[in-house]
Amino acid sequence: MVTAVETQGASSRKAKKNALSDGQGTLAWILVAPTLAVILFVVGIPIVLSVIESFYKTSNGIDPTTGMAETGTKFVGLENYLNALTSNSTAVDGVFGSMPRLMNAFVNNVWFTVICVVIETILGVAMALIMARAFKGTGLVRAAILVPWAIPTIVSAKLWFVIFQADGVANKILGKEILWLGDSSASQLAVIMADVWKTAPFIGLLTLAGLQTIPAEVYEAAKVDGATAWQQFTRITLPMVKPALVVAVLFRTLDTMRMFDLPYGLIGPNKYSVETLSMFAYNEAVSQRYGPAAAYSILLFLLICLVAFLFIKLLGADVVGDDETRAKTAQRKRMRALHKQQVKRTKANQTITSGESAA
Amino acid sequence: MSTTNLTVPEGQELLTKRELETLNKPKKTGKQIAGTVASLLGIALIIIYCILPFLWMVISSLRLPSEGLSTEFIPNPMSVQNFHIVFNEKNNFFTAIGNSILISTVTTALTLLFGIVAAYALARLRFTGKALVLAIIIGCSMFPAITILVPLLKMFTGNYEWLPIDWMNHYQAAIIPSLSFGLPLCVWNLTAFFRQLPVELEQAAMVDGCTPTTAFRKIILPLAAPGIFTTVILTFIAVWNEYMFAMTFLPDRKKMTAPVSLSQFTGDSAFNIPYGAIMAAGVVVTVPLLAMVLIFQRRIVAGLTAGGVK
Repeated sequence: MVTAVETQGASSRKAKKNALSDGQGTLAWILVAPTLAVILFVVGIPIVLSVIESFYKTSNGIDPTTGMAETGTKFVGLENYLNALTSNSTAVDGVFGSMPRLMNAFVNNVWFTVICVVIETILGVAMALIMARAFKGTGLVRAAILVPWAIPTIVSAKLWFVIFQADGVANKILGKEILWLGDSSASQLAVIMADVWKTAPFIGLLTLAGLQTIPAEVYEAAKVDGATAWQQFTRITLPMVKPALVVAVLFRTLDTMRMFDLPYGLIGPNKYSVETLSMFAYNEAVSQRYGPAAAYSILLFLLICLVAFLFIKLLGADVVGDDETRAKTAQRKRMRALHKQQVKRTKANQTITSGESAA
Repeated sequence: MSTTNLTVPEGQELLTKRELETLNKPKKTGKQIAGTVASLLGIALIIIYCILPFLWMVISSLRLPSEGLSTEFIPNPMSVQNFHIVFNEKNNFFTAIGNSILISTVTTALTLLFGIVAAYALARLRFTGKALVLAIIIGCSMFPAITILVPLLKMFTGNYEWLPIDWMNHYQAAIIPSLSFGLPLCVWNLTAFFRQLPVELEQAAMVDGCTPTTAFRKIILPLAAPGIFTTVILTFIAVWNEYMFAMTFLPDRKKMTAPVSLSQFTGDSAFNIPYGAIMAAGVVVTVPLLAMVLIFQRRIVAGLTAGGVK
């Protein structure tokens, strides 16, 4: 435990360099710089360009007022965003009714994300619990579980494409004649099933790793205290795998939100019942409507930022997982608490403040 | 379940059900057996669930091309004609696999080159702004690829006046965007692996007169080799499986990657989808990956759980 006294001591010695980090800063930045430069060029600059692009509109054709051929782009402000959200001229019929195409893609996106992640998490945790129980043959199970993960998404899309054909094996097993690959709610179901197959085992794998770090003694102690199996699960297992699980679920959520390959390969482009934001933006981009495409991709980007932020703030997902960073955050928290305490004390009794100027 | 092994003897009906249960509890054999059976059943279910669709792909690829959609569980007659179709001249699949190998290898090599030093710094050195760097790197594996696709598409087709290039159907047009997810993945995994190595190793080496660079080269690199190897496999698989960038920037049949190529197989006519050939191509693309994954499964699982990403 670091007490308030120690923290104060540390801050008063601020001028003296930390022996452990002496001169490491420059070296570290030299080593990190190439990676950051690459990221700047392949991610940073494109994102900025994308934001700029989203405020412009490419006009191919002849300007009616000047009569000159317009090859360039025109600044249109938020028009790309507003047009897609408000105008009803682009209304399409998805599973959830008739609405502007962007809205439809957005609703599909949210629906897929929620339903897929919920099913995958439940199934994944169940798989992990079963695997944790079976002490023998884990090698075989692990191998089996890695199979869906290793298959490229587009290959698994084509694989389910064959399974879900009208006269394919899925209908044969069910004894029904469902048109899975038509543009309907059945095709949503097909996408969800294919996605769950590919990723639930993966969540299971990550959860299993979390489960295996729980010492057996904890369960034995719980048993001695008379805890039921359900109590053991909710009071021990879940809280202890939560850190690993929350991070896994966060990444799965973000991955599902940018889903593209699977609906594209399984159902196809321009199918409104399964069209996601990525697919819609892609469609606009390859049609050279860069402005709207950029606007939609930025909307998706903002949505993903919001979800990541919520996960980190509300569920406390420790994404970075670095001890030093964690320690620094904890220290900042302590300092803030200390400062608050001092302010309180100052208000209560003006005489105690002397000598306590930390924070 | 628990009462099965203790039947009520004659004349002892005065034992209530509850008493029977308490009598049974300490032995627990019935319950244990049931538990074991249940978990074995569960394991079997998991294995079947994971493998069966893949198995269906293998089965479908082994049919006659004319029976692409047959639902027989055993191909009759068994045939490898679909594989011949995959590798015939028209589909260019050999070239596609070559392209995929080239792009994945170059991308992986580049990410390793940049990532290894960055990961070492992030795992070992203390510096201000580390949290920011880590956040940037993890943030890169979160953002949607479509966001950078739009400007890159405009760039690579020479639509920006300040960048007069035409990189469509050039390998770099797929390699550069692949760095956007390959590099964060690589750095993240390597950082996790470097953190697991005890820092005392370098300290001891430095006490013995090694410079930090020599300590890194002679002590850390050899010890981190398994971790580096795992990272290489994970990055390679991620790049190999990439579809959107490859489809957009390499549409030419001669430059196409294998996943794109197989998704665009066409039959003799537009209404004649070559299901069998697509499945055969899927098997060809997947089997090397699966072999790699099965051989190195222990390490890959370690890598996946350490990195926690993707």
